[in-house]
Amino acid sequence: MSSTLTPRARARARQSPATPRGARPLRLFGERLSLLVRPRTLALCLVLVAVCVLTLVVSVAVGDYEIPLPAVPAAVAGYGERLDVFFVQGVRLPRALTALGVGAALGIAGAVFQSLSRNALGSPDIIGFTSGAATGAVAAILVFGASRVAVSLGAIAAGLATAALVYLLAMKNGVQGYRLVLVGIGVSAMLGAVRDYLMTRAELTEALGAQIWMIGSLNGRGWPEVVAVWVCLAVLGPLLVGLGQRLRFMELGDDTARGLGVPTGPTQAIALAGASALTGAAIAVAGPVGFVALAAPQLARRLLRTGGTTLVGSALMGAALLVVADLVAQRALAPTQLPVGVVTAVIGGSYLIWLLYTEWRGRRA
Amino acid sequence: MSTPSDATSRLHGQDLTLAYEQRVISRDLAVTIPDHSFTVIVGPNACGKSTLLRALSRTLKPAHGHVHLDGRVINSYPAKEVARRLGLLPQASIAPDGIGVADLVARGRFPHQGFLRQWSKQDEAVVAEAMASTGVSELAHRSVDELSGGQRQRVWLAMVLAQQTPLLLLDEPTTYLDIAHQMDMLDLCAQLHDERGHTLVAVLHDLNHACRYATHLIVMKEGMIVAEGHPATVVTADLVQDVFGLPVRVIPDPETGTPMIVPLDRRGVSR
Repeated sequence: MSSTLTPRARARARQSPATPRGARPLRLFGERLSLLVRPRTLALCLVLVAVCVLTLVVSVAVGDYEIPLPAVPAAVAGYGERLDVFFVQGVRLPRALTALGVGAALGIAGAVFQSLSRNALGSPDIIGFTSGAATGAVAAILVFGASRVAVSLGAIAAGLATAALVYLLAMKNGVQGYRLVLVGIGVSAMLGAVRDYLMTRAELTEALGAQIWMIGSLNGRGWPEVVAVWVCLAVLGPLLVGLGQRLRFMELGDDTARGLGVPTGPTQAIALAGASALTGAAIAVAGPVGFVALAAPQLARRLLRTGGTTLVGSALMGAALLVVADLVAQRALAPTQLPVGVVTAVIGGSYLIWLLYTEWRGRRA
Repeated sequence: MSTPSDATSRLHGQDLTLAYEQRVISRDLAVTIPDHSFTVIVGPNACGKSTLLRALSRTLKPAHGHVHLDGRVINSYPAKEVARRLGLLPQASIAPDGIGVADLVARGRFPHQGFLRQWSKQDEAVVAEAMASTGVSELAHRSVDELSGGQRQRVWLAMVLAQQTPLLLLDEPTTYLDIAHQMDMLDLCAQLHDERGHTLVAVLHDLNHACRYATHLIVMKEGMIVAEGHPATVVTADLVQDVFGLPVRVIPDPETGTPMIVPLDRRGVSR
């Protein structure tokens, strides 16, 4: 504690001790509406929105066929040159919107899974959902030679089935976080073996298709994908964000949350179902894009300093991460197009190492 | 089904069978918490003390029988309604990384808040009061991670106090605290009981603490209540021998006159 009063310390001294730090009370209509507003959180959310919009515009403009920025709005609206309109409306805009939607879906779902398992590793990547979906898709491609839609459905079905299996295996007097993670890792390993076996028996071209699907990619995604992911987001996003406060309470421990009047059982069930469906939608559209669900919620809570899970922050962070990663995937080695999963894995991997490193350092200090 | 003795008790249970899945902890248990008492539950490890407290707080649904709160089956209330009448300090709570003290205490207001009412002046005043009465106002803007065990336990208690419930259930509130902080905690509980008329139910490990602070003692063994009443009338050397299997002498506490348990020296007579 420094003895000199910084402006921030003076502001704190003026503030009522009961008001949580970084928050300001806002009371309107004779106290009928009373809220706690966190200016820092709000400002950073706006920054994330700005990053998303800017990256969206840049993604639409750049490529092997460049569109000057001033011409972008007209092309989006469908006026402008024919080739501009084709690239913007037909290719780049749906792709970028898919990236935003998938990123937001994975961000929210990851935050819910991490919150429920009280474990930063409790993302759908780790607890077996992604692995289940990938195995479902690979089986659909290699065994049944399924169409793209059927592959997506197979992925969702297998992902949900795996999540349910992991949940049931981990359940004993409620679900404990570390058990969920351990069972998830075990089930993932087994499913990985199934995938490897299927790959060894596959024809080369089919195996290549399956392999690309498994990395996660946004290449060639169009309006049907945009509609699919955004409809899921519009339905499930508000539902889960509405449960956000209860989830933050459940992070205090089940008994504590129940003591405070949170119906933990129903909350857990609804949140799990909603987050599973969102993950399923994201994976069906883009394949199992790695690390967004793991990294976005952690980055959001550290950046926004919310002292708990933030679902809106995680959604914005996930959207920003994926749309930026996809831009990098398209342009970094152009004209070679990288699958976006490669880029998110690099970003997410670096992040995870940084996170663990700083936490270990912090603990020793 | 209320008997005359229950009429004065806001919290009681009959015919309780308490179990975790198939493992039955207690059978045919009847318990009544006298209003405005400082009730302390004691007993050896794994005797079902915490399980009983969890059932009384609606955290554990009895496999058979019902706990009644204010004349109604406790599980029939909406969750928030129970939380406005009865506060619970569980054995283990988790403070999320980086959460601030005021943030955590403010969560105690949840049962009083609604969609449009998130932080009224009353919420603010109650949180300030809860922090003041537990002596954590100075820490309001610190992170819970940075606090000592004793400070942390007081912050959790402040959170439960912010619920403003007439009934408070505390599961081993003194565990992990050194002796000075244990006494601080118990003095604070006694103050809540004496000055504010709260009904307190606490699970405690230390028999001497229980005898000194309790106005009503519940002694459990193997899931059963074997004795209850005022410590002065209940606690005898025979009871302690029977419940804990420990030979003791019971003498008056030189400070308070309440029963004090002194284990016999079993290391051999000749030394």
